[in-house]
Amino acid sequence: MKAPDFRYERPESLSAALALLADEANGAQPLAGGQSLMPMLNFRVAAPEMLVDLSGVAELRGISDSGDSIRIGAMTRYRDLAEWSDLEAKLPLVALALPHIAHHAIRNRGTIGGSISLADPAAEMPALMMALDAEITLTSADGERTVPASEFFLGFYETAREENELVTSVRVPAATSGQRSAFYELAPRHGDYAMAGVAMVADAASPITNLRAAFFGIAGQPIRLSVLEAALNGKAPDDEAAITVATAAFDEVDFIDDLKASAATRRHLAGVVLKRALAEL
Amino acid sequence: MTGPATIFDRPNTYIGQPTPRQDTDRLLQGRGKYVDDVQLPRMVHAAFHRSPHAHAKIVSIDVSAAKAMPGVIAIYTGKDLAETVTPYVGVLTHLAGLRSAPQHPIAVDVARWQGEPVVMVVATSRALAEDAVEVIEVEYDPLPAACDAETALDASAPVIHKDFGSNLAWERLVDVGDVEAALKAEGVTVVEREFRFGRHTGVTLEPRSAVCDYDPSENQLTMYYSGQAPHMMQVILSKHLGVPEENVRVISNDVGGSFGIKIHTYGDEVAAAAVAKLLKRPVKFTADRHESFLTDIHARDHVVTGKMGVDANGKIVAIDFDDLTGIGPFSMYPRTSAIECNQVLNLTGAPYDLENYRARGRVVFQNKNMMCQYRAVGHPIAMAICDGLIEDAARAINIDPVEMRRRNLMRDDSYPRASASGMKLDDLSHQKALDRLVEIMDYEALRADQEEARKKGIHRGIGFVSMVEVTNPSPMFYGIGGAPIASQDGATARLDAGGALHISSSVTEQGQGTNAILAQIAAGVFGVPIERVKVTTGDTATVPYGGGTWASRGAGIGGEAMLQAAHALKEQVLDVAAVMLQAEADTLDIRNGAVVDAKNGTERMPLADLARTVYYRGNELPSDLNPELIATRHYRVTDFPFVFTNGAMAAHVEVDTDTGFTKVLGFWAVEDCGRVINPMLVDEQVRGGVVQGIGGALYEECIYSEDGQMLNTTMADYMVPMAAEMPDIVVSHIETPSKTSVLGAKGAGEAGTGGAPAALLNAVNDALAPLDTSIWQMPMTPERILKVLGKV
Repeated sequence: MKAPDFRYERPESLSAALALLADEANGAQPLAGGQSLMPMLNFRVAAPEMLVDLSGVAELRGISDSGDSIRIGAMTRYRDLAEWSDLEAKLPLVALALPHIAHHAIRNRGTIGGSISLADPAAEMPALMMALDAEITLTSADGERTVPASEFFLGFYETAREENELVTSVRVPAATSGQRSAFYELAPRHGDYAMAGVAMVADAASPITNLRAAFFGIAGQPIRLSVLEAALNGKAPDDEAAITVATAAFDEVDFIDDLKASAATRRHLAGVVLKRALAEL
Repeated sequence: MTGPATIFDRPNTYIGQPTPRQDTDRLLQGRGKYVDDVQLPRMVHAAFHRSPHAHAKIVSIDVSAAKAMPGVIAIYTGKDLAETVTPYVGVLTHLAGLRSAPQHPIAVDVARWQGEPVVMVVATSRALAEDAVEVIEVEYDPLPAACDAETALDASAPVIHKDFGSNLAWERLVDVGDVEAALKAEGVTVVEREFRFGRHTGVTLEPRSAVCDYDPSENQLTMYYSGQAPHMMQVILSKHLGVPEENVRVISNDVGGSFGIKIHTYGDEVAAAAVAKLLKRPVKFTADRHESFLTDIHARDHVVTGKMGVDANGKIVAIDFDDLTGIGPFSMYPRTSAIECNQVLNLTGAPYDLENYRARGRVVFQNKNMMCQYRAVGHPIAMAICDGLIEDAARAINIDPVEMRRRNLMRDDSYPRASASGMKLDDLSHQKALDRLVEIMDYEALRADQEEARKKGIHRGIGFVSMVEVTNPSPMFYGIGGAPIASQDGATARLDAGGALHISSSVTEQGQGTNAILAQIAAGVFGVPIERVKVTTGDTATVPYGGGTWASRGAGIGGEAMLQAAHALKEQVLDVAAVMLQAEADTLDIRNGAVVDAKNGTERMPLADLARTVYYRGNELPSDLNPELIATRHYRVTDFPFVFTNGAMAAHVEVDTDTGFTKVLGFWAVEDCGRVINPMLVDEQVRGGVVQGIGGALYEECIYSEDGQMLNTTMADYMVPMAAEMPDIVVSHIETPSKTSVLGAKGAGEAGTGGAPAALLNAVNDALAPLDTSIWQMPMTPERILKVLGKV
């Protein structure tokens, strides 16, 4: 469990980082907080020829509030978010989810952009982006583009990001007045990746209005199910019949089947987290 | 036992005091010296290509590319090392019929488990060694594998060692009384369950590590070793590497946890020693976490079908069970892999008054990593079988589980006696322990809470275990069977010129505080402030000869040797003092670093004055006085094979029946380890043990695919219990000193691990009882609980 040899660069500007990534001869991979990539290097699952450490690129870090939306730089760490004084007012769903994301040591190093770029199916941050209808900004040496979260996460560790691109920031709509948030996940131990989880927001809770519920840990990527959301909109959050109808939408989900839970267990647990999150909405 | 009876009320005794450990500052400041801290000149590093198959013929090995890699010093295959290391076989003569095949440190011709070393690379750094491992080409011809212990005895199963004709390694039958008749008797209710215990492992914070150094000028092999039994390893290296015993020095400085993982012979460690000899330079091997999961011994992995019959009064009339356990392709050397099964047969039902007892144990070879002794060997299985069935039977005949135990536990005034399986028992306190437990947990309040919660659809459960723990083993454990493992331990106490006491002992420190309790015993018994005691353990060149610390023997055996040595030194010093002070020795005492009048404590002479006179100015002493300011004593347990301890524990849980998640709300442990030397250390031993027991009950499992691939070799996938999920663990002591020693201490290290799983199992089943279902498989994962609830 020692990483193979690699070159290490720590550029101090975005343009320098992008230039290193643009040169295919470098065989470069960006390094954000390293909470997933470093173990992958040590396991020799990943073996880039060059690591481009983004921790020196100041312009990638920080939170800026433009009133109706919040821009979060890709190198902003979970810890930075947790310490942002407006978090609860502006992004209450994120505030609910943060304590569930791994442990303090990991939150001190792990970054928003890193989590989004890796797209672990059980990670919280991608699901939050989906529930909040966030936009993800990708930058390469050729320019910048913006992709809605709903089009960004494509499958197991698969995203719309091209190899020469970096996730540079996300733009998240600020909570509207009266907006309701709920977050519920089932992890065997606190901080573990969830066996099933859901992050949801709605314009109102009773009846449920404009529900956006993103599940994570159950399929290859975070998912929202329009049939499920439609079945719940207009209903009370404790409407058992509506929940039963809604969970029929799980028929279209290809549930993960792994060491921690079978597909059948995950399907069952997805229903449980839905119900429990609705109760907290 | 003869000895000074007044030792425990001496003015400056430390026995029984929560004295802080002397080594905490050193360890907390990062000044510990673990094997990985050892850096020797010209040291090289080992990494291994390990078998990716559960069972495969090694057709060819091509190391040409690897040899050309940067930093590579040498590469060895199994055949290369077979010329340097003689093979070893893990059998003991007192385990009649146990068989195993010769083992090589690196596989020769056939690999028999995923993770078995196949090629060893030695390079100037571990990273470079791993680079070279990546380009080694081994051609394998996969063989049919017998991975599943339950089918390994089938006629169709591939036989791992052809000569044996089957995969059976050992079988034992215990049959006492008339089980059949008892179970068939009128009015007897029989409960029967199939128990499954998952494989798990010790997960030490410091992985297995060794730095081996060889000096050809003296044919001297030195091993810096993260291990529990330095003298055992000395003999093993000597025997199989052909170096005289006196030329092998094994040094175990700080050891970062062991739990029984580090008392075995591992191929990669032996290979490191062999290669140090071949290269004549230091070789370091440190298992990384992936290797640790793959190759540190695993434990448990038992399937048990068990029956218990109880009469209408709740009296147990018989226990009958069949235990099958898979141990990997070899019996581990030198302690063997039959011990856990043997313990299950010895210990099941041992707290209870029981006449009819039948148990069959079968130990089978399989193509998985090897199994051997891990903390609380066999205990969690034995306790879960008996106490699981007791609570099952109690439910069946509608008796409270505490009352059920009261009707069956051995009476506290009934010792000495034997268990149904023939274990000699003495100085136990099951009744007292259960009474204390019920009191400290406020049982009635918990039952009332349970009833209220059930009305709200909340499922809480309370589960118990009454248990025994094997501690302080005598020569009957290993030595009798031919293993080079000392059952006696030695201790030396030396008064230095400055009046300080230097002590050394053959028991070892692995983080649990052995050194601290040795210092407490010596300081109080001899009579110096504890700050003036320096402790040396873990070096075969300097400490007395002995077994090390395992099987909960450090305090009971090492501690008694220390007590005897300190007492002997005190007598020797008083003889000198009597001459110098022209007084009778029996009118003097040593307290707080000075010779005093025994009667009133008046100081007569500081110890430093006495020692300096002896060492520097012997001319002031009479010519016929020969002062000996050093004393060594050894101690072994006689008359008993083991010194048993007992305890009673209870778990309080809440099972979320929608998710299958179990939350442990509280845990109580009453434990009788005889004389408590340091309550703070014993409490934490019990708590740590309980946490490992909770791990086995709820979280930990080495998960293998059908074809013998271990699938969860990371800390993210193999779940150890974490602080956030742990309940408050209330510990209470009953002290019934063992009559086998003056100190009266029994072991305390494994009780929690041995008892907690049964208590947890019972608590979960108590919670599930209103739902008319139960679970008998550990770990009790959410998915398994959902399955018995019929929800998935």
